[in-house]
Amino acid sequence: MNIAALNKKGNSKSVIRLFLKNLRYDKLALIGVVLLIFFIGVAAFSDGIAPHGPRDRHYDEEGSIRRLEPPSAAHPFGTTDVGRDVFSQVILGTKTALTVGLLAALLVTVVGSIVGIVAGFYGGWIDTVIMRVVDFFYAIPFIPFVIVLSAVLKPSIWNVILAVSLLSWRTVARLVRSQVLSIAKRPYIKAGRVAGAGNLRLMFKYILPNVIPLILLEMAFMVNWAIAAEASIAFLGFGDPSVPSWGQILHIVFSTGNSRVAWWWITAPGLAIVLLLLSIFFVARALEEVVDPRLRRR
Amino acid sequence: MFKTVFLMKEGDDLLNYFLRRLFVMLLMIFLVSTMIFFLFRTMPGDPTAFVVDPSIPSEARQQLLERYGLDGTLWDQYKIFVSDLIRLDFGESFFYNRPAIEIIQEKLAATLILMLTAMVFAYSLGVFGGAWMAWRRGSRLESLGITISLIFRSAPTFWVGLMMILLFAVRLSWFPAQGMRTAGTGGGTFGEMFLNLDFLRHLILPALVAGLYFMATPLLIMRNSMLEVMSEDYIEMAWAKGTKERHILYRHAARNALLPVVTAGALFIGASIGGQVLIEVVFSWPGLGREIVTAVTRHDYPLAQGCFIIISAMVMFMNLVADMLYAFLDPRISYN
Repeated sequence: MNIAALNKKGNSKSVIRLFLKNLRYDKLALIGVVLLIFFIGVAAFSDGIAPHGPRDRHYDEEGSIRRLEPPSAAHPFGTTDVGRDVFSQVILGTKTALTVGLLAALLVTVVGSIVGIVAGFYGGWIDTVIMRVVDFFYAIPFIPFVIVLSAVLKPSIWNVILAVSLLSWRTVARLVRSQVLSIAKRPYIKAGRVAGAGNLRLMFKYILPNVIPLILLEMAFMVNWAIAAEASIAFLGFGDPSVPSWGQILHIVFSTGNSRVAWWWITAPGLAIVLLLLSIFFVARALEEVVDPRLRRR
Repeated sequence: MFKTVFLMKEGDDLLNYFLRRLFVMLLMIFLVSTMIFFLFRTMPGDPTAFVVDPSIPSEARQQLLERYGLDGTLWDQYKIFVSDLIRLDFGESFFYNRPAIEIIQEKLAATLILMLTAMVFAYSLGVFGGAWMAWRRGSRLESLGITISLIFRSAPTFWVGLMMILLFAVRLSWFPAQGMRTAGTGGGTFGEMFLNLDFLRHLILPALVAGLYFMATPLLIMRNSMLEVMSEDYIEMAWAKGTKERHILYRHAARNALLPVVTAGALFIGASIGGQVLIEVVFSWPGLGREIVTAVTRHDYPLAQGCFIIISAMVMFMNLVADMLYAFLDPRISYN
């Protein structure tokens, strides 16, 4: 399978088929897929799986609050300083992480792809102007900007998604553009124009299918980026206080000073972040090998 | 960063290239500053309410607003902002009641020391480890090395920091958990502040966390680029000549494989500042990153604005240095 053969089919279906075939020898990717399916399952049924509400307080037989209890059968991940169940919070946080990750990645890839296709297709001064704007966005440091923005906007999950997306499209736009530049020069584009296809049709019917594999791949990396960014924002205390998230759990344990005592309270949400990010990364890397065969193991 | 526009051209000399890049950098700093100015001024609600208690008499309030430069139209404020910016005057911090630039100067040194220590650690370990891993390709140690570096790449720095504090500071008491020096020690001079054992002990944990996070990039790129270089003819030639293995690895192969690592460093520095901010917060490291977080929570806009502009400038400057280094290192790029 070389890049020319892939481009001939050039659609997401063949990418997925190749990807599944590669799973047979790529053990890390297989682990990634299994873990990812597990996380998606947990997120989808989180309300049913979580045994308690995230803010419920738990009391022992004598009626006193179960403060900072290490893991037990009743509370597998222990309890917080005010007797809340860490296990339930982590389960509910899965949904937030995946929702934010997917929505932000979708927004970023759609915007970035459109900008990239328009710049690469038209070329000339349109391309120059767009790429200067991309350069400007590259000059803004991501986390400091997100901090400032989340402070200016009201803390809500939608504003977190907006803050993450506002800068991240630059990467997608640049990558898609460079791919489109080479595709736009191919003979079949000229043939399409001669046959009377308009610019919009050329861009989205002729060129887009050929960059879909690349876009899919970038989207996988963007999901990771967005999940990590959301966790960071929530950890700094700029997240949505009404939505349980892994970053928020870590924010509370850190700001109450319990991070030095309650190992169970910091271990569980942190491990969840690491495992989710690793699983998406392994899947994305396997996808990358399909999309760009030059990366095949030597 | 601006490689698409400002690639070295044939027959270009290094000085010209540098000056052109410097000009673009200054322009970008100006644009980023403008953006952050309007971002703070156009947000909903009265920003002055945070600074000046709205319940005080209007005459006193007017005086305070004038003092902080909050009277006048947006355009007037912007004109003052720009003329101050050229003189590196970011106004007076609402919280400290001191010029913001003074506070930034204090914090900048702490940030740079932590960042550079972590970078040196990450790059020396990454370059040697990457070269070694390519050499031992396919071994169990190689895949272990890759997996570990990927885990530290994926793990949020603030979480790794929390775990490290719990283990090495609280349980084992090997290192202090926070701050830059023990309270009551250290004086005003540079030597008293940074060149002592107490500071070093405080530096180790945060630098370790940042270094482990930074390490994956040079490590993996070095490994890949080594694999590429190792298949070249001159390496085979070296083997044929009977050159010692270590000699081939570090003198012949690694030297040439280094270039992509330097290039990647340029793009990577910009991304690393985010991890740095979180590490500073977790370790209460008195740097720019922690300051911007507290300034934003206190609605101390002059200080937050100043921190943001300086961080942007810092990232852009480091990118410039890395690009210059690249142009300097690669003899294939001509600069007559």
